[in-house]
Amino acid sequence: MSVARFWRKIPQRYNLIGTRCTTCGKYFFPPRSFCPECRRSGNIVEHKFKGTGTVVTHTIIRTASDQFEDLTPYPLAIIELDEGPRMTAQIVCSPEEVKTGMRVKPVFRRIAADGTSGVIYYGTKYVPAE
Amino acid sequence: MRDVAVIGIGCTRFGEKWGSSFRDLFVEAGTLALDDANLAGEQIDAMYVGNMSAGRFVEQEHIGALIADYAGMTKKHIPSTRVEAACASGGLSFRQAVIAVSSGMEDIVVAAGVEKMTDVGSGASVDALAGAADREWEGFVGATFPGLYAMIANDYTSRYSLTREQLAEVAVKNHYNGARNPIAQFRQEITVDTVLSSALVADPLRLFDCSPITDGAAAVVVAPLDRAREFTDTPIRVLASAQASDTISLHDRRDISTLDATIAAGDRAFRMAGLTRDDIDLVEVHDCFTIAEICAIEDLGFCKKGEAGTLTIEGATALNGDIPVNTSGGLKACGHPVGATGIKQIYEVVMQLRGEAEKRQIDGAKIGMTHNVGGTGATVAVHILGV
Amino acid sequence: MVGIITYGVYIPRFRIKIEEITRVWGANASDVTGGLGVYEKSLPDLDEDTATIAVEAARHALARRDLDPGQIGAVYVGSESHPYAVKPTACTVGEAIGATPRMMAADFEFACKAGTAGIQTCMGLTKSQMITYGMAIGSDVAQGAPSDALEYTAAAGGAAFVIGNKDPIAAINHTCSFTTDTPDFWRREGEDYPRHGGRFTGDPGYFKHVEGASRMLLSELEKTAKDYDYAVFHQPNAKFPQKVAKTLGFTREQIAPGLVVPKLGNTYSGSSMIGLAATLDEAKAGDRIFVCSFGSGAGSDAFDIDVTDVIESEEFDRKAAPTVRKLLENPIYVQYAQYAKHKGKIVMQK
Repeated sequence: MSVARFWRKIPQRYNLIGTRCTTCGKYFFPPRSFCPECRRSGNIVEHKFKGTGTVVTHTIIRTASDQFEDLTPYPLAIIELDEGPRMTAQIVCSPEEVKTGMRVKPVFRRIAADGTSGVIYYGTKYVPAE
Repeated sequence: MRDVAVIGIGCTRFGEKWGSSFRDLFVEAGTLALDDANLAGEQIDAMYVGNMSAGRFVEQEHIGALIADYAGMTKKHIPSTRVEAACASGGLSFRQAVIAVSSGMEDIVVAAGVEKMTDVGSGASVDALAGAADREWEGFVGATFPGLYAMIANDYTSRYSLTREQLAEVAVKNHYNGARNPIAQFRQEITVDTVLSSALVADPLRLFDCSPITDGAAAVVVAPLDRAREFTDTPIRVLASAQASDTISLHDRRDISTLDATIAAGDRAFRMAGLTRDDIDLVEVHDCFTIAEICAIEDLGFCKKGEAGTLTIEGATALNGDIPVNTSGGLKACGHPVGATGIKQIYEVVMQLRGEAEKRQIDGAKIGMTHNVGGTGATVAVHILGV
Repeated sequence: MVGIITYGVYIPRFRIKIEEITRVWGANASDVTGGLGVYEKSLPDLDEDTATIAVEAARHALARRDLDPGQIGAVYVGSESHPYAVKPTACTVGEAIGATPRMMAADFEFACKAGTAGIQTCMGLTKSQMITYGMAIGSDVAQGAPSDALEYTAAAGGAAFVIGNKDPIAAINHTCSFTTDTPDFWRREGEDYPRHGGRFTGDPGYFKHVEGASRMLLSELEKTAKDYDYAVFHQPNAKFPQKVAKTLGFTREQIAPGLVVPKLGNTYSGSSMIGLAATLDEAKAGDRIFVCSFGSGAGSDAFDIDVTDVIESEEFDRKAAPTVRKLLENPIYVQYAQYAKHKGKIVMQK
């Protein structure tokens, strides 16, 4: 991923800064600058998500692209944040622990890096929440 | 708006074709299609070529021009356009060709699809294919294509009944059909045990639940129906061409294990053709993974949600079943050269409707359907063809 | 009144037992564990590093007290294992806690005392009212060369302290440092692992500087060990802090809560800070805490701390983040091969 493309979404990746449409009340994470419901009559503002959510579906990735191969097998899930939107993220736990319906909370982790001399991509993964 | 017919088809053998370059593949498929249509190159008015990722696989863009050039079309300076919608590139390429002829803008149009995937390592392939999904919010966090379909499978099995054996039967059936298809990458039959003992790729999907990495190209020629008999004794009519879009990422879908774009495109196609599901004699669906075929059968309306597994294990979708699905062997057994698949599906239906499918022929086939999906369902193209 | 406003710690879940390391290198387990007083040490997950540990520790600190991160005017991260040699960990932390853009920042290096140096810096900035709050973090994913003695103790962890000038949970009354140019332990630029002077690291290194700074502080304040309830020393192993405590007149009971090394290992820049955090986890209003860190190169920072009643007030919620004791519970044990994979000790083809 290019330096600029990664940098542009740092507030989203580190701090779960998404958006909300004040016209219809829908939350968006990943953020959208254009409300699909209201389109041009939507009013979009920033929203920092709490981070807590529930696993909707999941899998264990065993064959990954080069950047992630060292991490396999790793759990990947679609998580429904408490405010409503769904996002895709890794869950840090053993493969046996992942279950649809489990509660999770965010942690700050190293997502990937551009080799050993390039930029490190930090972001958010999830862990089981008690 | 004019009626459109397919007047010629061609398809390379699909597989790991070390000796064939990207350009070689296209020329081979194009030559076969033109021979089949009894056409001279000078008669082609326009070309559309579906290709997902030549940039990532062979570092080449500007595919429309490249293909026209290597097809020997430069003297006529015809319009040549690359169409991209990930794995639905081929289906969209066919649709663009149909629109060009139907609108009257062009007369004889080639719709092709080509993908050369084996010139890069598998890690690079996995990464390139992840571009069919949401790079920023799925690929970046470590999602892979099989991983996304695996999440569809897990969501499906938590809500509907589908046994592991029923899911595996999709691959078994498709390999049976592929064994009878000269262009298929894999021509050996397999058993449910082959599937269940193969390595896990993304739980619960195993190696044999997944379509492979493949090189290949296919090409078809379309023309106005009222001119078709100048070129062929077996013109096949395009009864419907439909396309639909949906959110790029799986997490933004209304329902994770329902492809709304399939429902939309399917409904539009049936309406356009004035037909019902009962009229369809065979359907080529997009089985990039076994679970995708299960969802496709349901989302196209051939049965209710949750019933496709039973349908499959009971043999209803086999060659001798009520609704044969993927008589070609599907993506699973033919292989999935991404941009070529949509055109290969047209090729298969035309072969069947002409009665040329030999050992996998559906007797008396008159109407066939194709279903081509991009990504996890963000683009769907559905076509209906008839004699 | 300058002092600690809030604090937080993060320790990765993975552990390796020292006896597993001795098994690989053919050493005698009980000789080593007996000699060092260390039985297991922490290591990072595959996707953790000094920056992720620093962020988690910082977020834990902010969970315990309601303060506007925009008022954090400085972030300093001390480490021997910053992910970048050039590009500060402090910037990543600042962004991840919402302190950017109005903040001073830099990364510190002073072996195991880079974090406490950050505390001193924040004390100056807040006491002079140049900033409202400053955050000092000591975080490391420490490296010991395979089969070197350091491999038995080099561990991963970090602590974050927010320093301010109003309503601290613990006032830092005084600090002083004893610094010399002493090559007891070092790592040259570009080298993977540190080197050290063997037994030279003892008297001319650790003991000279810890005793030097400690006596300096005690004499400036006209105090003795008996004037304190607790003491925390840098802990490269369990023996050194126990020995220096005894020399200075501190008892086993005084250093007990802060002696975290036996089940954690030496978290380098995190070491004394995690020890202080463990002590604060149990401290009551009115407790007096003595702290002396040590960093090779070499130097020691000594602190005189009085716990205030704010630590027991509603303003500070210790339970909002895990205590050191909690972070040491439920570890995931690994064998040497997985440990080496996690610590990047296996040469991969890139």
